[in-house]
Amino acid sequence: MASLIELANPTRFMRLSSRLLPWFVGAAALLLAVGFYLAFFVAPADYQQGETIRIMFVHVPAAWLALMFYSMMAVSALGTLVWRHPLADVAQKAAAPIGACFALICLITGALWGKPMWGTYWVWDARLTSVLVLFLIYLGIMALWRTLDDPSRAGRAVAILTLVGFVNVPIIKFSVDWWNTLHQPASVFRAGGPTIHPAMLWPLLILAVGFTLLALALHLVAMRAEIMRRRVRTLTIFEAERLDRLAAEVAI
Amino acid sequence: MSEAFLAILKRDLALAARAGGGGELALVFFLTLVVLVPFALGPDLNLLSRIGPAILWLGALLATLIGLDRLFQGDEEDGSLDLIRASALPLELAVLAKGLAHWLTTGLPLALAAPLLGLLVALPAEAMLPVAGTLLVGTPALSFIGATGAALTAGLKRGGLILPILVAPLTVPVLIFGVSASNSALGGTVPFLTPFLILCALSLATLVIGTIAAAAALRQAD
Amino acid sequence: MSAFGPHAGYILTAYASVVMILGGLILMTWRDHRAQRLALDALEQRGAGRRSGKALS
Repeated sequence: MASLIELANPTRFMRLSSRLLPWFVGAAALLLAVGFYLAFFVAPADYQQGETIRIMFVHVPAAWLALMFYSMMAVSALGTLVWRHPLADVAQKAAAPIGACFALICLITGALWGKPMWGTYWVWDARLTSVLVLFLIYLGIMALWRTLDDPSRAGRAVAILTLVGFVNVPIIKFSVDWWNTLHQPASVFRAGGPTIHPAMLWPLLILAVGFTLLALALHLVAMRAEIMRRRVRTLTIFEAERLDRLAAEVAI
Repeated sequence: MSEAFLAILKRDLALAARAGGGGELALVFFLTLVVLVPFALGPDLNLLSRIGPAILWLGALLATLIGLDRLFQGDEEDGSLDLIRASALPLELAVLAKGLAHWLTTGLPLALAAPLLGLLVALPAEAMLPVAGTLLVGTPALSFIGATGAALTAGLKRGGLILPILVAPLTVPVLIFGVSASNSALGGTVPFLTPFLILCALSLATLVIGTIAAAAALRQAD
Repeated sequence: MSAFGPHAGYILTAYASVVMILGGLILMTWRDHRAQRLALDALEQRGAGRRSGKALS
């Protein structure tokens, strides 16, 4: 908690983040390189799903990250509304596009995995459908950010929307599960095999950590950009006021 | 306190009745949507009667969403929202009154009209009552989820299109249980009461969450 | 291609889309960061930030 309070100072955050960033990027690059090598050249093909199992190595981490970034946004929303942490809405704004991108990756790779396995690009499988709804919520949040132009007001409005969405996500998951079992026999989708082979588990874990680090690095850069954008905004307003005063003095 | 609550409720009902506002327009929109569906699908009565509950629910959902952006916008423009904020009545109760008025003028007429419109899509007689019943208990959820969206976009000049984008994904559970309760009345393995009671629970939960969230959003806006 | 069996096309498309989406995201984030940095530097060059003290690192 103490470190969180220290981080509340944007200048300190900028200094710390610029020091951390190279480590994040380096570790992400290393892990992704190792993970992809293992995933492509070492991991065996699945005895049921064949080579298409290799799509899983990006599909599953993308789904994790889409959920993780939404949870992170919900915590930031609490930070905005309850603790009034000045960086919370910056963190939240920076997280939304990243989470949306991972949800989109999850959907696209899921569709491309589904075509050879189920014979169709899209099935209204409960998990895919939930991610689709999550993606729509992400888009709504991003749309609200764009329509409100005062950053602090937008931050609080989006925080409320994020929390309402967060309460809704489990309900949506539950209802989609219910709806799906009602409409489809369970045979269409069998949950990813009984157990996962260790030769597949390792690359999956390494890639998951690698993608997470990459996403966090992106988040840091986006937060830095957002802090600077707000500073530019304030300075521009100051500057305009100063020029106004100058003009008034000249006129007198 | 309850006087102020009733005053807001009465005022909104009077406004809806006199200004020719949301209520009957939503009803006409509902009718138009239901009429459009057979043109898109073809006049096959078997198909229409099978998806009838879904058509009615979708129509009701869209008809509710379409007028929601005005819920707080008028009050924001003429300043009555500031008066409501300043009054002794907790903002949550004011939101509850406004949401209730919205439901009474939009959701309730839609639910009552549903059996009549059901005739157009050859809804079987035994499904009429369940469809109306699910709409009756389900539309409050739509009104109050929508109230949150309306409160978030109250100050916006162009809140019209963003509101459905924000609100629609959150209405997925209501739609699922509303339609499946209606369908289960027509047969199937699930008893009618299971989804119907979940729908009631969703409505009650939304009543609380939506009211609190909308009040919070209105407080942030000033 | 054939190393990935009969469904190589799907696998490669999946990975290509990942590269495209993530690459686009990285590019957009980086360009935004650079644009804000330049704008901030330009403003501070003109002396706009002097009132509130030192520059951000």
